[in-house]
Amino acid sequence: MSGAGRIERIAGSRAGVAMVTLALILLPFVLTQVGTSWVRILNFALLYVLLALGLNIVVGFAGLLDLGYIAFYAVGAYVYALLAGPQFGLHLPFWIILPIGALVAALFGVLLGAPTLKLRGDYIAMVTLGFGEIIRIFLNNLSQPFNLTNGPQGLARLDPLRLGEFDFSTRQEIAGFDFSGPMKTYYLLVLVAIAIIVITLRLQNSRIGRAWEAVREDETAARAMGINTTRIKLLAFAMGASFGGVAGGIFSSIQGFISPESFVLHESIIVVAMVVLGGMGNIPGVVLGALLLSFAPEVLRWTVTPVQEALFGRMLIEPEVIRILLYGFALVLIMHFRPAGLLPSAVRKRELEATRA
Amino acid sequence: MLLELRALEVRYGGIRAVRGIDLAVGAGELVCLIGGNGAGKTSTLKAISGLLPLAGGSLRYDGEEIADLPVYERPRRGLVMVPEGRGIFAQLTVAENLAMGAYARRDREVQADLERQYETFPRLAERRGQVAGTLSGGEQQMLAMARALMTRPRLLLLDEPSMGLAPLMVMRIFEVVRTIARQGVTILLVEQNARLALEVAARGYVMESGAITLEGDAKSLLGDARVREAYLGETAAQGEDSWSVEAQ
Repeated sequence: MSGAGRIERIAGSRAGVAMVTLALILLPFVLTQVGTSWVRILNFALLYVLLALGLNIVVGFAGLLDLGYIAFYAVGAYVYALLAGPQFGLHLPFWIILPIGALVAALFGVLLGAPTLKLRGDYIAMVTLGFGEIIRIFLNNLSQPFNLTNGPQGLARLDPLRLGEFDFSTRQEIAGFDFSGPMKTYYLLVLVAIAIIVITLRLQNSRIGRAWEAVREDETAARAMGINTTRIKLLAFAMGASFGGVAGGIFSSIQGFISPESFVLHESIIVVAMVVLGGMGNIPGVVLGALLLSFAPEVLRWTVTPVQEALFGRMLIEPEVIRILLYGFALVLIMHFRPAGLLPSAVRKRELEATRA
Repeated sequence: MLLELRALEVRYGGIRAVRGIDLAVGAGELVCLIGGNGAGKTSTLKAISGLLPLAGGSLRYDGEEIADLPVYERPRRGLVMVPEGRGIFAQLTVAENLAMGAYARRDREVQADLERQYETFPRLAERRGQVAGTLSGGEQQMLAMARALMTRPRLLLLDEPSMGLAPLMVMRIFEVVRTIARQGVTILLVEQNARLALEVAARGYVMESGAITLEGDAKSLLGDARVREAYLGETAAQGEDSWSVEAQ
């Protein structure tokens, strides 16, 4: 029995759903007891979940290795920043900007997808990597001749996350419970994540999902089956990018400030690592990978110094250094012992078993 | 005529792989195209299925010029190719492969067709849950053909179905080719195994260096001295059954 199957079965039962729902509701209250910053960390982890789910469509489903994915996050973030900030004096409501951001990101997805259509494998990775950098460099330099992005200084004083009269950035008492801003944001993020998971699951089991699978396995054979591979690949790029755009918009609204620095290549690679580590093509796996890789550094940040002080009496190695070290080590271990990821999809597992045997 | 090529030309850069050939296949016919390595047989099939662009000439299918029709549109119109080397989805199961064959269809008879394939290919029925990459070469060829049949082809293009298979399996594959033809599917069969191809086909074309050098009904081609010498591996002294050597 595979781990993924077990988790799906537990989550599928009614009691399972009730338990997960309860846990998701209570989680921020528990974390607040540990420390308020943990809810904020959790929110960023959820943003990464959104990103990983989006990238999973491109990498996991359609098999197109995209190393510039963070560009779509940037596009979504800047769309929000421009439409809900002092740059142009625009203050559109959140629920209008979010779909615009998703749409613009999807457009960029097609823009990136188009030149990669004739490429395969590693070559797609190279082009997308370049694309990600191009977007970042544009953001850095589009302060002239016309000031669109405000260059490296970034855009500040963005509107906080607000839905109608409901403000997600302030502390508030609801039904006798004390909700902090991050806690309210958390619930919104969980809802968005669930919506995206549902969309992804439905896509996976649709004709489109099967077409992606065919393209990933053998593009020529897919075309011979009557699949319009051009359209189906562009659709993967567009869908994946739109999720990134949504995540970017929320990121902007939570942060209130963005600059090109948030969208460096390193971020793209981390999202790829989340998808690969969790299990390409398998949604529970991807979610797990995103949560693990976003929490691990934080846990280390809090434990590395005290552990060293207890062991050696003083701090020998900086937490930052140790973090990268352990990170790399963990990835190597996982690639060795679970090459298909922690919770692999059925097909990936077969693939790797076949090549290893 | 269901398929009609006129002065069809295919080029790889400056090299003319197919030098203006005429070829026709009528509805319900089983026609074979034989010839040696590099004669341009596969290039011809790829041009018909759209995997290679035409450098010249015309390509009519079902009374319509289809030279500019996108590759993925052709299976939807019943023009389906089983590629050389089979092109199955190696990581998917037999059943998943067959389901993929019905991708372009939206009718309700997919399930019935699936059962029909399992009847025609009992070996595939036994292995429906098995990953396709672990099948034997012959079974993979059967799967590729069954998957093509799932698209409900009107014209099936078979590229070297006997390639790389053991003699016994070759016989079985050709048995299936006959069965499919009997079900009313028009077939254009490309083969290096000239004898077998001419035995199952009604008509044949012989291709050499990108041009058609001979054509006629299969029986007369089988008796043709030039064919016997060039493609059946026979000299006046040699006997029958040399085909198994070619099938290697």
